[in-house]
Amino acid sequence: MTETERETGPARVLVVWCPDWPVVAVGADAEAAVAVAAEGRVLAGSAAARAAGVRRGQLLRLAQRLCPQLELREREEEAETRLFEPVVAAVAAFTPRVEVLRPGMCAIPVKGPSRYFGGEEALAAQVHAAVAQVLARETGAPGPTGVPGPTSAPGWVGAPGQAGAPGRVGASARAAGHGRTPAPGRTPAPGRDAVLGRLPEHGQTPASGQAPTPGRAVAHGQVGVADGLFAAVLAARAGVLVPAGRTPEFLAPYPVAALGDEPLAQLLTRLGLATVGEFAALPGRAVADRFGPVGAAAHRRARGLRSRPLVPPADQPDLSVEHRFDPPQELAEPLIFVARTLAEQLHTRLADQGLTCRRVAVELTCADGRTATRRWHHNGTLSAPALAERVRWQLHAWQTTGTFAESPWPSAAPSAGPEADAHLQEGVAGFTGLRLVPEGLVVDQGRQLSLWGQAVVEDRVERAVARVQAVLGYAGLRRAEPAGGRGPGEQHVKVVWGERYESPAAAPWPGRLDGPEPATVLTSPVPAAVLDAAGQPVTVNGRAELSAPPARVAFQNSGGSGGSGAAVLGWTGPWPAVEQWWDTARRRRRARLQVTVADGRALLLTVEHGHWSVEAAYD
Amino acid sequence: MPVLPVFESLLPEGGLRRGAAVSVVGDVGLLLALAGGSAGEWVAAVGLPELGLGAAAGYGLDLRRLLLVDAPGPHWPEVVSALAGAVGLILLRPDAPVPPQLAARLTAVLRRGGCALLVAGPWPGAVLRLQVGSARWFGLGAGHGQLQGRQVEVMAQGRGAATRPRTARLWLPDEHGEARPVEAAAGVGRDESAAVGRDEPAVRLAAV
Repeated sequence: MTETERETGPARVLVVWCPDWPVVAVGADAEAAVAVAAEGRVLAGSAAARAAGVRRGQLLRLAQRLCPQLELREREEEAETRLFEPVVAAVAAFTPRVEVLRPGMCAIPVKGPSRYFGGEEALAAQVHAAVAQVLARETGAPGPTGVPGPTSAPGWVGAPGQAGAPGRVGASARAAGHGRTPAPGRTPAPGRDAVLGRLPEHGQTPASGQAPTPGRAVAHGQVGVADGLFAAVLAARAGVLVPAGRTPEFLAPYPVAALGDEPLAQLLTRLGLATVGEFAALPGRAVADRFGPVGAAAHRRARGLRSRPLVPPADQPDLSVEHRFDPPQELAEPLIFVARTLAEQLHTRLADQGLTCRRVAVELTCADGRTATRRWHHNGTLSAPALAERVRWQLHAWQTTGTFAESPWPSAAPSAGPEADAHLQEGVAGFTGLRLVPEGLVVDQGRQLSLWGQAVVEDRVERAVARVQAVLGYAGLRRAEPAGGRGPGEQHVKVVWGERYESPAAAPWPGRLDGPEPATVLTSPVPAAVLDAAGQPVTVNGRAELSAPPARVAFQNSGGSGGSGAAVLGWTGPWPAVEQWWDTARRRRRARLQVTVADGRALLLTVEHGHWSVEAAYD
Repeated sequence: MPVLPVFESLLPEGGLRRGAAVSVVGDVGLLLALAGGSAGEWVAAVGLPELGLGAAAGYGLDLRRLLLVDAPGPHWPEVVSALAGAVGLILLRPDAPVPPQLAARLTAVLRRGGCALLVAGPWPGAVLRLQVGSARWFGLGAGHGQLQGRQVEVMAQGRGAATRPRTARLWLPDEHGEARPVEAAAGVGRDESAAVGRDEPAVRLAAV
């Protein structure tokens, strides 16, 4: 390890881990032996189940033999996520940069909040207390007052003096212990659920401190801090705070399987490297030579270095602007004035950051708590008055379409004239908030208007489009773009106005129909029956041959087809088309037939799986 | 509002009047062909999700200047009045019979915006009503051939100068997907299926 690596080493990470979260999510009894199963194996078990020998990854058969009274539950991922939300919110109160690793586990960077909250120990203790409080409220588990209080509270809560002790241990034991591992003679396997009050010392089994209390409540949280995410996860499982720079020592006693790479772990075990520490002692260059990039990444993890950075879900700054009305505003005009001011503020804030946004969401909050949102295409083109204008249209559209039919606008008749929006409602609620949220922030690189080759959208068209979108929603208005395809409905796609679309390169489509295009392309094909002269259905065989000349077309649904049947005057085809044969889910095999029928029309018929339908009509 | 040259003789004013509604009954191809002369204008199609875009392009519509409002539902009057000031031509299929008062109000909005309206279906107060009398496709035999063109007889009748019905025989479309008149030389016979392939480009150019 070089000095630069140590300097650019991983940031301190705090991980909150709620053990057996799938069991918590299914709402299991604290005392019952419950296991959550997924794909025929045990995913997680309650304390009672674990005491009986049920382990993660066991076959269900074996688990039931070990624990006959075991209650098996299906996994409820949605409930896991939902229940974990309050925990994430509690952690996010410390820093918004929370990364949820999976339901039951989330991580925050320590650097900023630890300064604010008075050090890592204090931060960890406060996070632990907050999580315990939330869990006690959400899952009904006895929180700090219950059994888990003394057992699961980490050492920096119960004994503040111990928090400093590991540092002393680090200073005295291995000052230069980076390249060389502690190399313990006996390499203990740390217990997964070990709740440790302090750092494991060398040669001491991490799990030897306290065994998990059998009768503890199901939901509790553990907190761990270490260098880098990987070590922090293990620290959270052990419930310890690893001092800065001592992560390699902390990791050393773990078996190589903890690195999370099963084939590599098996290989290392066969090579005689049982622990992470022994693996970390290998020279990095040799590891990279022998095990490739995967091995090199595992080696970095083993040495407590960064293998991937922590990615918070939303790194974009919150640039939304908001105005609250007190008392609630009942008239439209003041709302629009405020919207104009807010739009100017928004543009200033965006310009300060050198950003522009793709969309602006306009959120209106009513006094009765309802919120209505509409998104506007922006892309740096909307000025503040134009944005205010859109708010006006939006209010007007909501008024006429009855979005707020019940309370704010009880008797607003549609298009009642300009005085209608002068007074939006008659004394019931009004609006309490207007908020403009920029979405899809991108660096503002200016706008270059096209010189030629592209239809420049005139301002009046943009305004009309926005007004239509105010009435029908963002996706209400579309434009046509050329696309590839064989059928008449596939050669153009309809793209929502304002969305980008990359036209595919022009390609020959063997099997597409030449000649005039149909004037009507049905959005959903109408089922039809094609009969021969004897009244029997016409079929197409595998060699694309018709069983008999079609004599009559009958429509099961006469909508848009003009009558229930028509005699066939002329026909041609069939043209077979086998599409997307490489994709079993999307492959289509069909044949098309053009017919002219007695009422002067021509139809494009399609047969697929023996069923005929009208795909398009030429008229 | 210009139209394709083939329709100039059919329409009393030689084009679509801005601010007036023209009703086209029963034939989407005719609707598209009437809109085909609107080069350089923005066109909106309201309530016509089944429009054949390829056919529209064939008649001369610029798809880059086409706005599609496929499902306006009951809000189509608001959509039409919002678009009236911005586009030159609106193709419309209302979802229900149109009351005369609403038609009158929308016509006023259209006149203010300078926008022509082509309605697929009846429209109270339409200045002109076009329909296809007889239609016949050519090009298909008994198991061979390919659709090549359609001869139609278009009838136009309306108010004022258009009280006297006018008819015209047109290729709608011809083998290139365009609209052009049926030449006398090619005849209007019932069995002229080969006529499409025979006529000379020069004749066609002269006719257009």
